[in-house]
Amino acid sequence: MKKSMVLLLTFIVALTLAACGNKSNNSANGGSASPSESASPSESASASPSESSGGEKLSGSVLAVGSTALQPLAQAVADKFMAEEQYKGISVQVQPGGSGTGLSQVSDGQADIGNSDIFAEEKLDADKAKELVDHKVAVVAMAAVAHKDVGVDNLTKQQLVDIFTGKITNWKDVGGADQKIVIVNRPASSGTRATFEKFALGTKTEDLQGSIQEDSSGTVKKLVAETPGAIGYLALSYLDDKVVALKYDGVEPTADNVKTNQYPVWAYEHMYTKGEPNAVVKAYLDYVLSEGVQNGEVVDNGFVPVSEMKVERDAAGNVTNK
Amino acid sequence: MNIPTSNVQSSAESGAKPRERKQRHVAEEIRGKIYVYFCVLLMIVTIFSIVYFIASRGLAPFVSQGVALKDMLLGLKWKPEGEPPLFGALPFLFGSFATSLFAAIIAAPLAFCASIYMTEIMPKFGKTVLQPAIELLAGIPSVVYGFVGLSVIVPFLRDTFPGQGVGVLAGALVLSIMILPTITTIATDSLRSLPNGLKEGSYALGATRWQTISRIILPTTLPSLLTGVVLGIARAFGEALAVQMVIGNAPHIPHSLFESATTLTSIITLEMGNTTSGSLHNNALWSLALILLMMTFLFVFVVRMLERRVKR
Repeated sequence: MKKSMVLLLTFIVALTLAACGNKSNNSANGGSASPSESASPSESASASPSESSGGEKLSGSVLAVGSTALQPLAQAVADKFMAEEQYKGISVQVQPGGSGTGLSQVSDGQADIGNSDIFAEEKLDADKAKELVDHKVAVVAMAAVAHKDVGVDNLTKQQLVDIFTGKITNWKDVGGADQKIVIVNRPASSGTRATFEKFALGTKTEDLQGSIQEDSSGTVKKLVAETPGAIGYLALSYLDDKVVALKYDGVEPTADNVKTNQYPVWAYEHMYTKGEPNAVVKAYLDYVLSEGVQNGEVVDNGFVPVSEMKVERDAAGNVTNK
Repeated sequence: MNIPTSNVQSSAESGAKPRERKQRHVAEEIRGKIYVYFCVLLMIVTIFSIVYFIASRGLAPFVSQGVALKDMLLGLKWKPEGEPPLFGALPFLFGSFATSLFAAIIAAPLAFCASIYMTEIMPKFGKTVLQPAIELLAGIPSVVYGFVGLSVIVPFLRDTFPGQGVGVLAGALVLSIMILPTITTIATDSLRSLPNGLKEGSYALGATRWQTISRIILPTTLPSLLTGVVLGIARAFGEALAVQMVIGNAPHIPHSLFESATTLTSIITLEMGNTTSGSLHNNALWSLALILLMMTFLFVFVVRMLERRVKR
C-alpha cells in the first residue's frame, strides 16, 4: 500500500519533471509548448516520407509558428489539407505567437514554417534572414477605421500622419465633429503597425500620452467601435458597419484597389522555411498556394490572393508591375 | 499488565525477527529520505534554473548591449524601435504599483469584512454559501475577467468619468475582484485559528460583539491579515492578461486614473511575441521580467517578515 503510494508519487514527479523540462526548453526559445517540438520537427518531417507504406503517400508533421494575423488562415488551410485523402499521413500544427517568434523559431530550426507579417530582413540579422526562404501566401490590406460619430470618411496621408503623431487632436480639424481624437494603436513591435506606418504614414510614430495600444484585432475593433472619437486600423476582414472604414487619399480600401496598388496599405503574409522545404512541408506550402485554396480559404479569411496581385513589392518597398 | 510481559518476551527473543524488522525500518527510512531529498533538490534546481535563465537574458542589455540600469529604472521614454532605442521602464513600474496598490485598497476592506462576517457573525451561512462563492472567484480564468472588464467596467467608466474608460482605475477594479479570494481566504483562516479564549474573555468582561471584533480580534490577527494583503498585491502585480485588456497600454505615466497606462506584465505580453529572440528589444523585455521577479521576491520577503511577527 505504502510502496504503491511512493511509486505513484515518483511517477507523478517524473512526469512533472518531463513536462517541466519540456516547458523550460520551449520557453527558452520564447515559444509556446507543443508535444511535437520536443522532437526536432524538421528531422521527423524529413525522415517520415520513406516510412510511408503506399510509396507515394507522404507522412510526417509540419509545425508552423508565428503571426497571429495569418494563424486563422493557416489553420483553416491545415484542417482542409489534413482532410484530403492523399495527405492523410501528414499532421499540420499551427501555433500563434507573433511574427518575431515565428521568425526566430524557424531560424533556430524549432519550427518548420515561420509565419510572418513582415519580411524577415526587417526583423532578423541579415545573415540569418538570408538562410530563410520566403513563400508569400497571401496579401493583407489594412484600413484606418474610426468611430461612427466622428463625421469623417476620408483622410489624406498628411492628416493621418498629423493624427498619429499628435499634431491634430480634434476631429473638427479634419472636417469632422468637435470630438477629441483617441488613438487605438498596436504595440511598437507589431507587424501590423509596421505595415501601417510604412505604407500609410510613411514614417515611424511614437506612442502618445493617452493613446491606447492593443495587440488583438478583436479588441482594437471593440474599442474603436465603442470609444467616441476613436481611430485605429484593422485588416479588411475585420471591417463591418460597427466602424467607419476611412478612405485613404480618396481611395476606398477594397480588394480591387489593393490588387492594383491604388490603395497602398497592404503587406504580404509570409511563410518562411529554413532553406528549401522538405517534401512534407512543400506539400503543405503548395497546397496553400493552390488555386482552390487561394480563391477559397484565402478570400474567405479576408486576404487577397497573391496570384491576383497586379504588382509586386520587395522588402525595401519598391513596387513593380507584374 | 500485558505490556511488560510482551516487552520481556521481545527482549528475550532478540533473534532474527526484530533484526529483520529493524532492517526493514532502516530501508524505509532511507527510501523516504532519498525521495524527500530528491523532491527538495528538484524544486531548488527548478527555481535556480528559472532565475538563472531570466537573469542571463535580462542582464544582457546592461552587461553587453549598452543600456544603463539607471536609464531603465528611471527613464520615462520607452522607444525600443526608435533611433537610438530608449528603454525607460518607470511608467511600467508606476503602472504596476498603482494598479496593484489600488486593487488592494479596494479589495482589502471588502475581504476583511467578508471574513469577519463568515467567522464571527454568521459562521454557518458564511461557510456554506459565502465562502464557496468567493472561492469560485478564484476559479474564473483571467481572460474572462479581462473580457468582462472590457465589456462592462470600461464602458461604465467611460460614460461616468471624463476620459476613455481604460486606465489605472479600470485595471485596479478588475484586479481587486481577482485578488478578493486570496485575501479573504487567508483572513478567514487566521480569524478561525484565533484562540476562543481571547474572544470569550472579551465577552466575559462585558464587551459587545463590535468591541470584541475591533479591539481584540482585528488587532491580534493584523499581521496575518496584512500577509493576505501582501499576497494579494503580489498576485495583482503578476497578473498580465486581464490588466492588459483594460489598461490601455500607453507607455507613459498617466495624468489621471482614467488615462491609458501600462504595467510591467502587460508590456511583456504585448511585445514579447513580436520580437525576435536575442534582439536588444527582446532582452530588454527579459530585463522587465527580471524586475518583476525581484519585486515578487520582495513581496515574499515582506510576507516572511510579517509571519515572523505573528510568531512572536
